[in-house]
Amino acid sequence: MPVAIRTPLSREDARKLRAGDSCLLSGVIYTARDAAHKRLCELAAQGKELPIDMKDAVIYYVGPTPARPGEAIGSAGPTTSYRMDAYSPALIAMGGTGMIGKGKRGSGVIAAMREHGAVYFGAIGGCGALLSRCVRKAEIVAYEDLGAEALRRLEVEDFPVVVVIDSEGNNLYETGRQAYLAARG
Amino acid sequence: MREISAERITETVRKLCIDANRHLPEDMKNCIEACRGREDWPQAGEILDRIIENYRLAGDGGRPICQDTGLACVFLKIGQEVHVSGDIAQAVDEGVRQGYDQGYLRKSVVRDPLDRVNTGDNTPAMLYYEIVPGDRLEITVAPKGFGSENMSRLGMLRPSDGLPGVKDFICRTVEEAGPNPCPPVVVGVGIGGTFDKAAYLAKKALLRPVDRRNSVPFYARLEEELLEEINALGIGPQGFGGRTTALAVNIEQYPTHIAGLPVAVNINCHVTRHQTEVL
Repeated sequence: MPVAIRTPLSREDARKLRAGDSCLLSGVIYTARDAAHKRLCELAAQGKELPIDMKDAVIYYVGPTPARPGEAIGSAGPTTSYRMDAYSPALIAMGGTGMIGKGKRGSGVIAAMREHGAVYFGAIGGCGALLSRCVRKAEIVAYEDLGAEALRRLEVEDFPVVVVIDSEGNNLYETGRQAYLAARG
Repeated sequence: MREISAERITETVRKLCIDANRHLPEDMKNCIEACRGREDWPQAGEILDRIIENYRLAGDGGRPICQDTGLACVFLKIGQEVHVSGDIAQAVDEGVRQGYDQGYLRKSVVRDPLDRVNTGDNTPAMLYYEIVPGDRLEITVAPKGFGSENMSRLGMLRPSDGLPGVKDFICRTVEEAGPNPCPPVVVGVGIGGTFDKAAYLAKKALLRPVDRRNSVPFYARLEEELLEEINALGIGPQGFGGRTTALAVNIEQYPTHIAGLPVAVNINCHVTRHQTEVL
């Protein structure tokens, strides 16, 4: 049975999740990709206020297609996460507790997750049409000039993810593959 | 000479951009569904079910299959007896501009790789020209996502590396990519030619239907062997473990220099899209 999670996600709740857990996320999450991450970290480095509150925030690495009339959002699946590795430790230190993407993460991100208590969720890459159905509302919060890469506030309901890396550093990409190969013999 | 107007090229490219992003080719669907049937790891089977549900939803509802609607790679096979009235490259870009706007597709192109300002209309297209006999003009639009493009590699191997070196390079590229390119993947391989020709062959290999093997029996067998070896890696759909890591390996080969053995591996995701029309 999937674990129902309501955002914002506290450090305490983030630490309870384990790699391999299937979860359904509901509540507010924020979208940011390469360009928005860069701007957020530049602001933080200058000591300025960010356009979103990072405390207990979940960031979704996505650049959606434009919404058609009458729809909240276009196709909206995850982008590859390692491109955000340079920025994620700073956002975690500022209070971020969850990241949603796909693909491997670097050792610096995993160290920050362990230190502060954060999780890395995977959504199914290449299933943007399906995932968009879980988005109830989307609005641009900042960086509208970035187009698909703008910072958006999404309200999601039962958004399906799996915990890929937990706050102890357990990694489903390693354990899942090992389990399959061991079972196959 | 047969006249084809630039407007006709624009209209065709416009339509192909939209169709390619909404409808997965039949050979891809058949292949994914056959792999679903063979997948013996339950979690992996569930992910393949979601992938199938997604492309059906996209096709039926007129939505992009994936939010990365790609760089528009446009392949033109121009018959020697065709004369195009107007500027071909401009006609293609206008088709991309209209298609990405009208189809609600994502604009994912920056005008310069270092200043990174979005062009806002997904132009320019990546254009590949081929001059062929005849009086037809064949247009293929293949939107290419970059999660998989970024995991592609090119190696200038030594002739002494031979077949084992080539196989190792291909398998290692897929293994190192792991979960990043959205497996199950389609592996396009170019062997031979020059540095750039090998990369072009690898990209072209991705246009061949996944149910059609190389016409040379040696390479057809190699495609099958590589597929089996890649699927023994256990990476599985999305990298969570399983049998289905790759859907197909397509190889294109070409003569090369006595001193060289170029190998290019162009990885594509399970959303390997392309649509063709002949004018």
